[in-house]
Amino acid sequence: MGDTTAGLLTILTLVVVLALVHVPLGDYIAHTFTSERDLRAERLIYRLCGVSPRSQQRWTTYAVSLIAFSGVGVVVLFALCVLQPHLPLARGASMDVSTSFNTAISFVTNTNWQSSAGEAGASPVVQTLGLTIQNFVSAAVGLAVVVAVIRGLTRSESGTVGNFWVDLVRGTIRILLPLAVIGAIVLLAGGVIQDVAAPHVIQTLDGGRQTVQSGLVASQEAIKQVGTNGGGYFNANSAHPFENPNPFTNVVQILLMLVIPFSLPRAYGRLVGDRRQGYAVLGFMGVLWAAGIAVITWAEHASATNALGAMEGKEVRFGVWGSTIFAGSTTSTSTGAVNSLHESYSPLGGGGALTNMALGEISPGGVGSGLYGALIVAILAVFIAGLMVGRTPELLGKTIGRKEITYAALYTVVTPALVLVGTGAALALRTARSGLLASGPHGLTEMLYAYTSAANNNGSAFAGLTADQPYLNTTLAVAMAVGRFVPIIFVLALAGSFAAQRKRPHTDGTMPTHTPLFTGLMVGVALLVTGLTFLPALALGPLAEALS
Amino acid sequence: MTSPTSTLLHSAGTSMPDAVRKFHPAHLYRSPVMFVVGVGSVLTTLLAIVHPSVFSWAITVWLWATILFANLAEAIAEGRGKAQADSLRKTRTSTTARRLGADGTTEEEVSAADLRQDDRVVVDAGGVIPGDGDVVEGIATVDESAITGESAPVVREAGGDRCAVTGGTTVLSDRIVVRITSKPGETFIDRMIALVEGAERKKTPNEIALGILLVVLTIIFLLAVATIPPLASFTGRPPTLVTLVALLVCLIPTTIGALLSAIGIAGMDRLVQRNVLAMSGRAVEAAGDISTLLLDKTGTITLGNRQAADIRVLPGVDAEQVHRWAQLSSLADETPEGRSIVTWTAQTLGTTADSPVDATVVPFTAQTRMSGLDLADGTSLRKGAAGSVCRWVEESGGAGVPEAMRAADEISELGGTPLVIATRQGDAPAAAVGVIYLKDVIKPGMVQRFAELRRMGIRTVMITGDNPLTAKAIAEEAGVDDFLAEATPEDKMRLMKKEQLGGRLVAMAGDGTNDAPALAQADVGVAMNTGTSAAKEAGNMVDLDSDPTKLIEIVGIGKQLLITRGALTTFSIANDLAKYFAIIPAMFVGLYPGLHTLNVMHLHSPNSAMLSAVIFNALIIVALIPLSLRGVRYRPLRADQLLARNLLIYGVGGVIAPFVGIKLIDLLVQLLPGM
Repeated sequence: MGDTTAGLLTILTLVVVLALVHVPLGDYIAHTFTSERDLRAERLIYRLCGVSPRSQQRWTTYAVSLIAFSGVGVVVLFALCVLQPHLPLARGASMDVSTSFNTAISFVTNTNWQSSAGEAGASPVVQTLGLTIQNFVSAAVGLAVVVAVIRGLTRSESGTVGNFWVDLVRGTIRILLPLAVIGAIVLLAGGVIQDVAAPHVIQTLDGGRQTVQSGLVASQEAIKQVGTNGGGYFNANSAHPFENPNPFTNVVQILLMLVIPFSLPRAYGRLVGDRRQGYAVLGFMGVLWAAGIAVITWAEHASATNALGAMEGKEVRFGVWGSTIFAGSTTSTSTGAVNSLHESYSPLGGGGALTNMALGEISPGGVGSGLYGALIVAILAVFIAGLMVGRTPELLGKTIGRKEITYAALYTVVTPALVLVGTGAALALRTARSGLLASGPHGLTEMLYAYTSAANNNGSAFAGLTADQPYLNTTLAVAMAVGRFVPIIFVLALAGSFAAQRKRPHTDGTMPTHTPLFTGLMVGVALLVTGLTFLPALALGPLAEALS
Repeated sequence: MTSPTSTLLHSAGTSMPDAVRKFHPAHLYRSPVMFVVGVGSVLTTLLAIVHPSVFSWAITVWLWATILFANLAEAIAEGRGKAQADSLRKTRTSTTARRLGADGTTEEEVSAADLRQDDRVVVDAGGVIPGDGDVVEGIATVDESAITGESAPVVREAGGDRCAVTGGTTVLSDRIVVRITSKPGETFIDRMIALVEGAERKKTPNEIALGILLVVLTIIFLLAVATIPPLASFTGRPPTLVTLVALLVCLIPTTIGALLSAIGIAGMDRLVQRNVLAMSGRAVEAAGDISTLLLDKTGTITLGNRQAADIRVLPGVDAEQVHRWAQLSSLADETPEGRSIVTWTAQTLGTTADSPVDATVVPFTAQTRMSGLDLADGTSLRKGAAGSVCRWVEESGGAGVPEAMRAADEISELGGTPLVIATRQGDAPAAAVGVIYLKDVIKPGMVQRFAELRRMGIRTVMITGDNPLTAKAIAEEAGVDDFLAEATPEDKMRLMKKEQLGGRLVAMAGDGTNDAPALAQADVGVAMNTGTSAAKEAGNMVDLDSDPTKLIEIVGIGKQLLITRGALTTFSIANDLAKYFAIIPAMFVGLYPGLHTLNVMHLHSPNSAMLSAVIFNALIIVALIPLSLRGVRYRPLRADQLLARNLLIYGVGGVIAPFVGIKLIDLLVQLLPGM
C-alpha cells in the first residue's frame, strides 16, 4: 500500500469513526452537564470540599472559582517541580526555578509546552501527582467554560451560569476519566508500554551505554491526547517508539485528540435545543481541519526531493501522511503532541502548522476551548454580517450589543497581541535570539512558532529553539497564562451577559446560524481575521522562506 | 450628468467648509479610526518634510485626503438637514404672544420666548401659535404646513384627541385659547431643529457596538504593523516609516470608520423626508428589530370610513321603498357612511331624491345612537345601531325586530356593520324594514404589505373595538396574523407586555391620550401629529402626516439603516485582503525578491503599489458616499435570502473590487516620476 493510499485511508477511518462516535458522545456530554443526579464518588468529593452541588453561581463567582482553582494548581505544581529532588523516586530529575514556573503554568493552562525534557526533567512523582492530574483537570476547566457559555445562551433573564465545581468534577470523572481508560487499553493493546520497572541500561552497538527509561506510558498517552494536552512521557513525544510504536497507535492517538473537540458541537446543538446549530459549528471545524491537513500534506509532497517524499524529521513507520495528519490534528486541537519534527517540514508545511495554531485553536480546538473559540467566531460573524439582514445582530436569540461585542472583540485581540508583541520583543533581544538554531526567515519562524504555540495553549514545539532559558521560560509562561485565562474571563463574562438577557424568538427575519452559508461565513471570518493579523509575520517567516 | 450626481456634487461643494472645519483634533477624536489616520498623516507630513520625495509627499497628500473625504461624508449628510432647520428656525424667532392674565380676560403682549408652561395665550385668525400646547377654549382651523409641509388645514378644538397645537403653526379661522405645555427652548420646533441638524445626535447602541469592534480591529492592525520593524530587522532592513503608516491606514477599517456617522445621520434624514420625526436614533434602530406590529384597524388597515355595500330588505317590505327610505334618512347625514349610503342607493334606484321640504332632521346623539328624519306627512325614518333602532321599534310595539336582529348578526359575522332602518307612520306602531350592510374597506395594497411583513418575520396584530366575529372576518380578509377584538387601552397594554415578555420588540401607532401609556411601553411608539400632547410626549416618533400605515415604512427604514451599516462594514473589512496583496510584497520584496510572487496584480513598482492602495483607500470613501446617504436598497425578503444576497454583493464584491481598483489606479500612478 502506497503512502498516499494509506494516508487517504487514515483520513477515511478518522472521519468514519468520528462520525459514528460524535453522536453518542456528544449526547452523553450534554447529558452529563444537565443531569440532576450525582454519582456517589462525586457526592463524596462535594462533601469533602464543602461544595453544595445544587447551588448556582453568577459568572463572576464562576470565574473566581476557576481562577482560584487554577492558581492553586500552579502553586502546587511549581512546588512539586522545585522540590522534586527532595521527594521520593527523584531519580536525579530536577528543574530550576524558571523552568518549574514555566512547567507549572504550562500544564495548568492545558498547554503542556515542555521546557524541561520529559523523562529527565520530571520524576515519576511529579509526573503522576502533578502533570497527570493537571492533564485531567486543565481539560475539565475548558469543558466547564464552554458549558457555562452554552448555559448563558440557553437561559433567559437568569443571573447564573452553573456551578464551576460541579462542572469540573463531572467533566473529569464522567467524561475524561472513562475516555482515558478506554484510550489507554486500546493503546496498550496496540503495543504502547506500561510498566513501573527501573530504567534499563543497555550496551549500544558502538560500545556506548544508554539508559532507556520506561514507565506508565500508555495511561499517560491516553489522557495526553484525550485532554488535548500533548505533554509526552518522553521528550521525543509521540515520535518515541514506546509512546507511539506503529501506524495503528498513531491513528488511535489522532482519534483520541479529535474525539472530544469534534463531539462538542453535537453536545452544543443538544443543549441549545437545535441540533442544526451544532452541525453548522461542526462543519466549520471540519472544513478548517481538513484544509490544514491538505495544505501541510501538499507542502510536504511538493517539497519532496525523492520518491519517499520529504522524510526529513519524520518517522519511517508513519511516512509523510501519517506525520502530516498528526501534525495537522495536533496543531489544530491545541494538543501539541508531535510524532515528527515540525522544524524540518517544508517552509509552507511548517507555516501550515503555525497557521493552524494562529487561527486560535478552533479547528476543532482544545477540549472545551475549541468550541468556545468557535462560538466567538460565530459571534463576530453574526455581528459583522448579521447587520446585513436589517436587525440588531443576535445569536440564538441573544443580542450582540455593546457589552457582548466588547468581550468577543477583546477575546480576539488577546492571543494575537501576545504572539506579535512576544515575538517582536524576543527577536529584538540578544538573550532570546541566542536560543535560535536558524537565522533568517526560518529563525523568525522558530520564534513565531514558540509564541504562537504558547499563547494559543497548544504546546507543540517547532524545535530548533532552545527555550529553556530564564527570559523565554518566563515570557512564554506569561503568554500561556494570559492566553488561557484572560480569554476565559471574557468568555465567562459573555456567558453572564447572555444569561441575563431575555431570549428573543426566532422568526423569518432572524439571521439563520445553522445554514451552510453561515458555516462558510464563519470560515471566512476566521481566515480573514487571522490572515489580516498574521500575514506580515507569515510573509517574513514561512512565505519568505518558501518563495526564496 | 444626471441630476442626483450634480446635486451631490453641489452639496459636496457647499459642505466643503464644514468638512475642513472637522479637521479639528477634538472632532477627529470622536472617530478613533480617523484619529489614527490623522496621527499617521501628521507623522508622514513630518517625514516628508525631513526626507522629501515624490512618494512620501504623494502618500502624505492622500492620507490627508482620506480624512477630508471622511469629513466631507459627514458634512454632506448634515448639510441636508441644515436647510430644513433654517426654514423652521424662521417660524420660531419672530413670534409674539398674547398672554392671558390670571383673571382670564386681560391680555398682554409678550415674546414667544418668554412663555412658560401653563401660560394661556389667545390666538386669532391669522395669528401664529407661539408655543406647543393644548387648545382649552374654542375651535379653529390651523395651517400646519410649516411643520408637515401639508397645505390642507386641520381642525383643532378644545377637549378630546384633537386639542394639541404646535408652535409656529398658523390659525386660519376663529379664535382659540391655548395652554402652553412646553418649556421655553424645548418646543416641538426646537426639538425638530436639533434633530434635523443632528446637533444632539447621540451614537445609537448598535453604532457604539460597531465602533467598539472597529477600535479593536484598529488595535489588532496597529499591533500587526508595529511588530513589523523588529521582525523585519531580524532578517534585514526594516521598511520605512512612511510605508508602515501607509500599510496601517490601508488596513484599519477607514471606509466604514469614515462613513459610519454619515450613515446614521442619513438614516434619520430618510425618516424626516417621509415626515416622521424620531426623537432618538435608538428608536430608528429599534424599528429594524421590530417583530410585532400592533395596528389599529380603522384608518390603518381599513379606510377610516365604512361604506354601504348592500341593504337586506326584511320580509314583506317593498325593496325599492326600503332603498328610498335608506336614501332619505341619509340625505342629511354628512358622515362618510351616510354619504356612502346615498351614493349606493343612488346607483340601485337610479336617482337621488331632493331633500324633502318641511322635514325635521333628527341628529345622531350618543344617547339615542340613531339619526333620521321626520317627514312633513308624519312619517318618521330612523337609522342606526341595531340595538337602538330595535328598541325604538319595540317601544311602540312594532314588528320586524327578530328578523332585523338576525340580519344584523349575519352582517356582523361577515365583518360588516349593520344599520337598521325603521319607519313609523304617525302614531301607528313602528316597523323595522331593512338592514344596511356597511362594509369595512381594506386599504388598497394592505394585503400584499402584510404578506411582505410575514415574509420578513414580523407578526401583525390588528387592534379593534369591533366584536370578535367582525374582527375575525376583517383580520382574515386583510391577512394579519392575529387580532385583538373589543380592545380597551388596557387590553392593548396587556397584549404588548405579553409580546415583550416573549422577547419581541413591539411597534404601535396611536394618537389619543389613552394611547399614551401603550405608546410609552412600545419599543417603537409612533404618535400622530394630530394627536394629543400626551401621546406625542409618550411616543418616540411623531408622524407629521398622521398616517398610521407609515409604521410599516418606518420598520423598513430602520432595517435599511442597519443593512447599510452592515454592508459597508463587510465591504470595508473584505477590502483589506487586496490591500495586503498590494502592500506586503511591495514592502518586503527588497528583502526577499521571491515575495514578488505575491504581487498577483502585477503592480508596477513597490512605490506605485503602496501609493495605489492608499489612493484606492481614500477614493472608495468618496465612491461610497452616495450609497451611505441613500442607503442600501432594502427588499422585504427572508433573512437568509437577504444575507445571501448582501454577502455576495458586499462580501465577495468587497474582496474583488479593490483588486480591480488598485490595478487601475496603478496604471495611472506608474506615470508619476519616481515610481
